[in-house]
Amino acid sequence: MRTEFRLSGSGGQGLLLAGIVLAEAAILDGKNAVQTQSYGPEARGGASKAEVVISESDIDYPKATDPDYLLALTAEAYRTYGKLMGKGLIILDSSVEATADIAARTVRVPILDTAATVIGKKVVANIVALGVLAGLSGIVKPATLELAVRNRVPQGTEDLNLQALRQGFELAAAAKVAT
Amino acid sequence: MTNVKLMQGNEACTLGAITAGMDFYAGYPITPSTEVAEICATELPKIGGKFIQMEDEIGSIAAIIGASLTGRKAMTATSGPGFSLMQENIGYAALTEVPIVIINVQRVGPSTGMPTSPAQSDVMQARWGTHGDHPIVVLAPGNVKECFDLTVKAFNIAEEYRVPVIVLTDEVVGHMREKVVLPEPGSVTIVDRQKPQSRANYLPFAADQDGGVPLMASFGDGFRYHVTGLFHDETGFPTNRGDIANASIRRLMRKVEKAEPLIRDYFTESTDDCELLVVAFGSSAMSSLSAVRQARAKGIKAGLFRPKTIWPFPETVLDELAGRVKRIIVPEMNMGQLVLEIQRIVGGRAPVESLTKVNGELFRPEEVLEAIVGGRK
Amino acid sequence: MSESMKYFREQRLPHIWCPGCGHGTVTGALVRAITRLNLDKNKVVVVSGIGCSSRAPGYLDFDTLHTTHGRALAFATGVKLSRPELKVIVMTGDGDCTAIGGNHFIHAARRNIDITTIVMNNNIYGMTSGQFSPMTPKGMIGTTAPYGNTERSFDLANLAIAAGATYVGRGTAYHAKLLEDLIFQALQNKGFSVVEAVTQCPTYLGRRNKFGTVVDMLNWFKDSAVNVKAAAVMTPDKLAGKFLVGELYNKPDQEFTAAYDQLVAQVQRKFDSFKGGTRECAQNSD
Repeated sequence: MRTEFRLSGSGGQGLLLAGIVLAEAAILDGKNAVQTQSYGPEARGGASKAEVVISESDIDYPKATDPDYLLALTAEAYRTYGKLMGKGLIILDSSVEATADIAARTVRVPILDTAATVIGKKVVANIVALGVLAGLSGIVKPATLELAVRNRVPQGTEDLNLQALRQGFELAAAAKVAT
Repeated sequence: MTNVKLMQGNEACTLGAITAGMDFYAGYPITPSTEVAEICATELPKIGGKFIQMEDEIGSIAAIIGASLTGRKAMTATSGPGFSLMQENIGYAALTEVPIVIINVQRVGPSTGMPTSPAQSDVMQARWGTHGDHPIVVLAPGNVKECFDLTVKAFNIAEEYRVPVIVLTDEVVGHMREKVVLPEPGSVTIVDRQKPQSRANYLPFAADQDGGVPLMASFGDGFRYHVTGLFHDETGFPTNRGDIANASIRRLMRKVEKAEPLIRDYFTESTDDCELLVVAFGSSAMSSLSAVRQARAKGIKAGLFRPKTIWPFPETVLDELAGRVKRIIVPEMNMGQLVLEIQRIVGGRAPVESLTKVNGELFRPEEVLEAIVGGRK
Repeated sequence: MSESMKYFREQRLPHIWCPGCGHGTVTGALVRAITRLNLDKNKVVVVSGIGCSSRAPGYLDFDTLHTTHGRALAFATGVKLSRPELKVIVMTGDGDCTAIGGNHFIHAARRNIDITTIVMNNNIYGMTSGQFSPMTPKGMIGTTAPYGNTERSFDLANLAIAAGATYVGRGTAYHAKLLEDLIFQALQNKGFSVVEAVTQCPTYLGRRNKFGTVVDMLNWFKDSAVNVKAAAVMTPDKLAGKFLVGELYNKPDQEFTAAYDQLVAQVQRKFDSFKGGTRECAQNSD
């Protein structure tokens, strides 16, 4: 079973790191994982996307072909990638309005707002998003994801990021009830 | 479990190089290869190695040739524009038989092109980018683990045959991260250059004319010999004699020709009974492998041949396959470069179709599958 | 001279330079300076680029490296950084060093890497038979400046000083003893040293510009050169049309390969060896 994730937003939101952590957690869980990205010239701003493919078996093609989960943190990312969605679920930041022309199943989750107001640090939105993705997909064990977060975030920010991750899990649980 | 890592292609190349004994890196920043330089800058001092950021790519390759002459295993990494700047000194390394390794992480060209997007359009440049007939070896990893393995192999070939070796990756292979199981330290085969034992009667470029490899002394070890990019006789000093130049060029070319069966490396899937053969390398082969598997699921007898050594091309292997397939498809992220070599080898025994893509995106498996299925109509 | 012959590859002589060329004088000055320092010939590497000057290392009994046009300093940087215990000398010409190799020159100076660079400045591209170089004086004739050179020329010594060289001197083929003394000092500077050796090209510069004989060219050096010590008390109008010779700069500073070795020692005390796989990196373009 091949599960595909596409994490999209703008440069500087840390989605590449979120993708790396998700892939690492999958590997720690004994699965195969491949993480790729595409990016433009901007280090900050511009469109940015990271993809993760997770499978129990060999992964031949590394990119997402028909994502099972699309995370969109900006309106631009939503419009660009949302239209491509077939079977998968869109996880849209609640700052972006859903539009009728995008037919895929969609949940709106206050990811950016939770990072900014509940945690008080906008920069951890990527890890909040990671918690949401993991919570909704159930692709990796929460404990493994916590370990992967510890491995990959800058030293000294582990507690802050784990707090963000747990907020993401809670948002996912609430979103599940809502859907 | 400690040897299982989530690792990036550029990182795996660097770790492979360090495992092979690389302890000198000179480079100039360029997307999408820069991680190689960054990791070398961080890691080489820890093992007593040397890192230098040169003023340009011309200087970078010059510095690694100088370092290699003192006995070190030396490397640089770059992408399109920088690779173009290195060409003159690639020829210098080929003629003076100085072992070096170059990682070329391909991006869309020509010119500055699309710096952050993948391409495979340096296939011919990697082979023929510098002027004059010259020997060179080009290896093309198809996944992250192979970035490690083939960089080790690149150093082993460079050291054994005294040739420049290019590891030809691209933005996808270089930047993707995947699960890699690293070999146990000590289990990796490492080859070192053959050095002369004593200065007495040392002729720095004396070798069997049939592709022999001369013994290589290190500068600073008391051999006091001369190295020049002019044609030289076995003493190393320049000559204008046509017969010596002729013998030299033929020996240099023969070195790689003779090595081909020994360094040959490739991957096949479902080729035993295939009627349709996809020939692809590097990241295009990922899409192709997926397409071949999907075709098989539809009952189409498709197979994949993926060369890892692309120069010299594993000709005899393809030659055998070409005799028993009905069609060959060659997907490449360029306007059709390796396909020319494949058409040459196949020699009309089966139709060879070029599938090109130059928009800075990897082939989608469906695109290759369409080509496979489409031809059956 | 007999003592310094041990540093020559006598079997490689005679050299390829034209009768009257100054490059032999400069090479002689270098070898005499090496003889005075009694350098271990197994621990000296001489690197050159392309041009008449760059043929010199072939005649010297060291490890010698004749590289590509303009790149001698970049190759030499690799040699020196790899094995800092070696004495590395670059022999180059005005075209090789200041045109095609200009970028490597200023960056070698900036790093203050311990390389002694001897620039044989004959004001012309000799090997390709007389095109103007960045060091050809304005107005002089070259095959690519048939009506006179309209470009300004470099002041190589000032360029070297501005870029960070820590020892800079200028001599000429006429001032052979001064040249030897300057190279002797330059070889002892732990850092990037430049000695500009003004030398005559009778075949391509002298003939076209009607300098007369080789002796006339050497007299031109004699009459135009002013020692930097004498110049200190001369008025600007007396210095018009002259050039300075002697030790123009001598200010030691931290040397690059030594600084790098210090860094390695520090880092090795601090870190374990690389294991890979846990690195996160940003990716930017261009």
